[in-house]
Amino acid sequence: MIPVLLLMTIGFILGYVLRNKTKFIQFSNKATTLIIYLLLFLLGIGVGLNETIISNMDTIGLQAILITFGAVLGSLIFAYITYKLFFIQKNEK
Amino acid sequence: MFILGVVLGLYKFLPDFLITNDFSKYSLYALMFFVGIGIGADADALSIIRKTKIKIILVPFCVIFGSLLGAAITSFFISEISMAETMAVAAGFGYYSLSSIFITEISGETLGVIALLSNISREIITLLATPFFVKYFGKLGGIASGGATSMDTCLPIISESTGKEWAIIAVFSGVVLTIFVPFLVPFLLTFI
Repeated sequence: MIPVLLLMTIGFILGYVLRNKTKFIQFSNKATTLIIYLLLFLLGIGVGLNETIISNMDTIGLQAILITFGAVLGSLIFAYITYKLFFIQKNEK
Repeated sequence: MFILGVVLGLYKFLPDFLITNDFSKYSLYALMFFVGIGIGADADALSIIRKTKIKIILVPFCVIFGSLLGAAITSFFISEISMAETMAVAAGFGYYSLSSIFITEISGETLGVIALLSNISREIITLLATPFFVKYFGKLGGIASGGATSMDTCLPIISESTGKEWAIIAVFSGVVLTIFVPFLVPFLLTFI
């Protein structure tokens, strides 16, 4: 993971320095989207070639949904507490 | 794109170099570079919002802690996946593209697909259930459920069911969570 973090830091500094160069930032955002599509495509190929994943799709799907429910419910409970403690008086007045 | 890839992979309708080469590793490197630029360019926008309303910082952090804690508890019901892996999947906060690519690279395709499905379903659940969440969990409900997607795809429904004055909080929370994804996911998988 070290090259990834290094590249990201370089990108971060470059982005901060060039933050007012709109064309450059727009290009960078477009490149991000394109590469994400490309990588999703490659992940799709890998999954299609991987028989273990294809034959276990039902279990994998169920696990994914379970994690989502846990994460969403956890966030909702914390959000509810935060809302009651910090937001309600000010916005209900 | 993902589904197209699956179909091509299933029927092995592919040139050899796509299957044998480590093409995705270098694409990931390029991606991280551009994501870094995006974050750097956004840094200014974040500091402005922070100055105006200090307590909205609480919102993305309660989404982070809530998601990770909820996922950690869920991991007791899933024997095949470790607690760190469930937490990493939840740390996508709905940002399915980036998080699933990271997780694939670190933990393999199976967990990558789980991350993809889980985070897509987080977005879908938010789109469908935000009015319900707002009613029973307060005005931050939709923003919390949407995670990173609160700033774009889920913003219209959140703004509609919560009120326009909450849209800025939704965008702020979404931006912070989006920035956290590329740090938090590898961190959880590497160090926990």
